[in-house]
Amino acid sequence: MDIFVQQVVSGLATGGIYASLALALVMIYQATDVVNFAQGELAMFATYICWSLINAGLPYWAAFLSTLGIAFVGGVVIERLVIRPVENAPILTIVMVTLGLLVICNSIAGWIWTYVQKPFPSPFPERPFKFDNIVFGAHDLGEIQVTLLVLLCIYLFFRFTPLGLAMRAAAHNPVSSRLVGIRVGCMLALGWGLAAVFGAVAGMMVAPVLTLEPNLMGGVQIYAFAAATLGGFTSPGGAVLGGFIVGVVENLVGTYVSFIGTELKFTVALAMIIVVLLVRPTGLFGTTVVKRV
Amino acid sequence: MSGRPLPRAVGLLALVLAACTLPFVLSNFRLFQFSQVYIYAIAILGLNLLTGYNGQFSLGHGAFYAIGAYASAIMMDRWNIGYGWTLPVAGVLCLIVGFLFGLPALRLEGLYLALATFSLALAVPQILKYFEHWTGGSQGIVLSKPNAPFGLPLNPDQWLYFVTLAVLVLLFWLGANLLRGRMGRAIVAIRDNHIAAEAMGINAALYKSLVFGVSAAYTGVAGALSASVIAYVAPDSFNVFLSVTLLIGSVIGGLASIAGAVFGALFIQFVPNWAQDISKAAPWAIFGVFLIGFMYLMPFGIAGGIRLLWTRATRSRVEPEGRSAVPTQAHTTT
Repeated sequence: MDIFVQQVVSGLATGGIYASLALALVMIYQATDVVNFAQGELAMFATYICWSLINAGLPYWAAFLSTLGIAFVGGVVIERLVIRPVENAPILTIVMVTLGLLVICNSIAGWIWTYVQKPFPSPFPERPFKFDNIVFGAHDLGEIQVTLLVLLCIYLFFRFTPLGLAMRAAAHNPVSSRLVGIRVGCMLALGWGLAAVFGAVAGMMVAPVLTLEPNLMGGVQIYAFAAATLGGFTSPGGAVLGGFIVGVVENLVGTYVSFIGTELKFTVALAMIIVVLLVRPTGLFGTTVVKRV
Repeated sequence: MSGRPLPRAVGLLALVLAACTLPFVLSNFRLFQFSQVYIYAIAILGLNLLTGYNGQFSLGHGAFYAIGAYASAIMMDRWNIGYGWTLPVAGVLCLIVGFLFGLPALRLEGLYLALATFSLALAVPQILKYFEHWTGGSQGIVLSKPNAPFGLPLNPDQWLYFVTLAVLVLLFWLGANLLRGRMGRAIVAIRDNHIAAEAMGINAALYKSLVFGVSAAYTGVAGALSASVIAYVAPDSFNVFLSVTLLIGSVIGGLASIAGAVFGALFIQFVPNWAQDISKAAPWAIFGVFLIGFMYLMPFGIAGGIRLLWTRATRSRVEPEGRSAVPTQAHTTT
């Protein structure tokens, strides 16, 4: 039983990371109908920037916040320069462009910071917490808190600010939004910026666990895909819940199903994606998009 | 590219003859590289059939390449089956697997199919390592290169070069015939307008799964050839970047084009070699820049660019339409 609770908690902790990245994917999908295959790599890149800032002598939280700022600007710039020219192109073209971004980020990170694994500091105390015999890693608990805090901020932003409302409107109905004076192009760029921020949070939270290297986010991204698919690409709340579910399932399956262990982790994610797509392609909370043909 | 049948046949024959003289002028290493080009070209043609002509995504064709390679390697290593026999077996195996994967893929439109195949590509190395008993785990399987039969005075590299060239010519001929016939029209019609195609009585579901299977079979045969040519298979050489590489070759060569597969293969074989001199990471940065650049400037790839120049030069009627990645039917007759 103790093991079970422990696995669930660490599942929730990794789930929080998947949730952040899945949320980034969903934000971009909702605004522009694109799945950003480079999301994980952008997050990895941001994490490297944070690492460099810490190495340059900045305290952790200062580096953390400046990285979020840099990630936001980076996301906006990428949308403006790279995505905008192909905005109205067929899906294949946009997928290709994001794949191009993926390999560019990956190789430039390897170029600048080499492929050697680097330890990444955790802002939380080393000492684990103990509640009746069950030991929780402080980093796990901290991760969950950070994720929940980020989610709360996003919720408040989209629910209670005029800018959040404008962004939702632009994603939901670009033409009408433009008619009431919302600058749809700007909103899309903002969406990319915010998505880059969520990705950066995910990257900086997962790096202490996995150690920093250019292929840091490959595995996280496939789970984020699974989370977004499970929750539904059209539902931000669903993607978050999907992230937590995927994290817990991953940990429990790894612990209790002996023939899978940790060696077939990606296959579990693949199986989840395919099963969800076959049984309920819109995900748990997604809505069917009705298209006129 | 759009000449009359006879001059074109003569041109193609001259190309094949020129390719046949390469073993006697190039070093073994260069020859090995060209065998690799032909192998990539076969795999990319498979991808072109699927993505370019049928309009279905696959970001995971490396998986079928891996299945072909491992099927061939296991047959040669365990059961001492001749490499020649492993090729059709690998092809049929991938045809079946691809067809089965294509069935659920029918329900997945565009992006979701991309997602599913992308996760497939990520999962493959792990699956290969898991079945250690068959695949030799992360050590892989070491094979030996076959010698030339009938006492031909060729070394193994030269002989394998001729084998890959022969398979290439055969598969390209089959592919061109497939696309020219009734089936080819149906495949393209499904891409251009799914609903209209079904209204014309085309069984879109069957055709889409079949194309997935055929495409996987091409890529599987390419993988099987690579097992013989490299004489080694290991799980980590079939990672997600292999799938992306094939896709890049396909896009840069020209998606809906048969000749494009060869241009794409030349690109993905030789550009990284040159780029490697700059830095270990440079090939991928260059791939990425080329990929994005081609999407902006030459969405029809090298083959499309050549065709455009040719049409301009001969002042023919065909003009490219719009900036779409998938060319319209007018461009698909190479």
